[in-house]
Amino acid sequence: MDILAELVIALFLVVSGIFGLVGSFGMIKLRETMQRLHAPTKATTLGVGGVLIASMLYFVVVKGSFSFHELLITLFLFLTAPITANFIAKTFLQAHARESDLPSTERSHGWALFDDAPSEKPDA
Amino acid sequence: MIEAALVFAFGCYGLGLLANLWRITRGPDVADRILALDTMVINLIAILILYGIWHGTAVYYEAAMLVAMVGFVSTVAYCRFVLRGDIIE
Repeated sequence: MDILAELVIALFLVVSGIFGLVGSFGMIKLRETMQRLHAPTKATTLGVGGVLIASMLYFVVVKGSFSFHELLITLFLFLTAPITANFIAKTFLQAHARESDLPSTERSHGWALFDDAPSEKPDA
Repeated sequence: MIEAALVFAFGCYGLGLLANLWRITRGPDVADRILALDTMVINLIAILILYGIWHGTAVYYEAAMLVAMVGFVSTVAYCRFVLRGDIIE
């Protein structure tokens, strides 16, 4: 096998492992829930992306077969990470924030957490 | 060289799983526990892919994809249950 390709794959694996470890270590290290939301949603997602790139390179170089499966998984994770982060932040806000603590939305309807969904017809 | 890097990455993600488990047991809030479970799922996907490289088979992509989908749906369902008391209104 080409030594350069092997080096690149090993580099991707090591870097992604470090990113994953940093993301999970943030769960212990950071003090508050809203701070802890940062670590896994960013660092760990990037780490998994690195693993998937390494896997794709490995199967191209060693097995000689290219597949889009890893790209699908990466795309899925990158699409869903913000949604789960938003839901978890909402869960936290519901338990700990009062409506008077939050800044105004400066729109016709308030925070989705406290107000009903805006009606289907826009206010003329 | 790839073997050593794989072992290193396995160790990193294994330690990450332990950190998440610690947060699940200690987490003062429901949101912390949901977040730790979601991170566990992501780490598990990485470990599955690494296991696939280790054995040189492409079988584990499908498993990883399924775990990713189930993890996302379960996180959203758990959050909605805590938020609204119901999953599908």
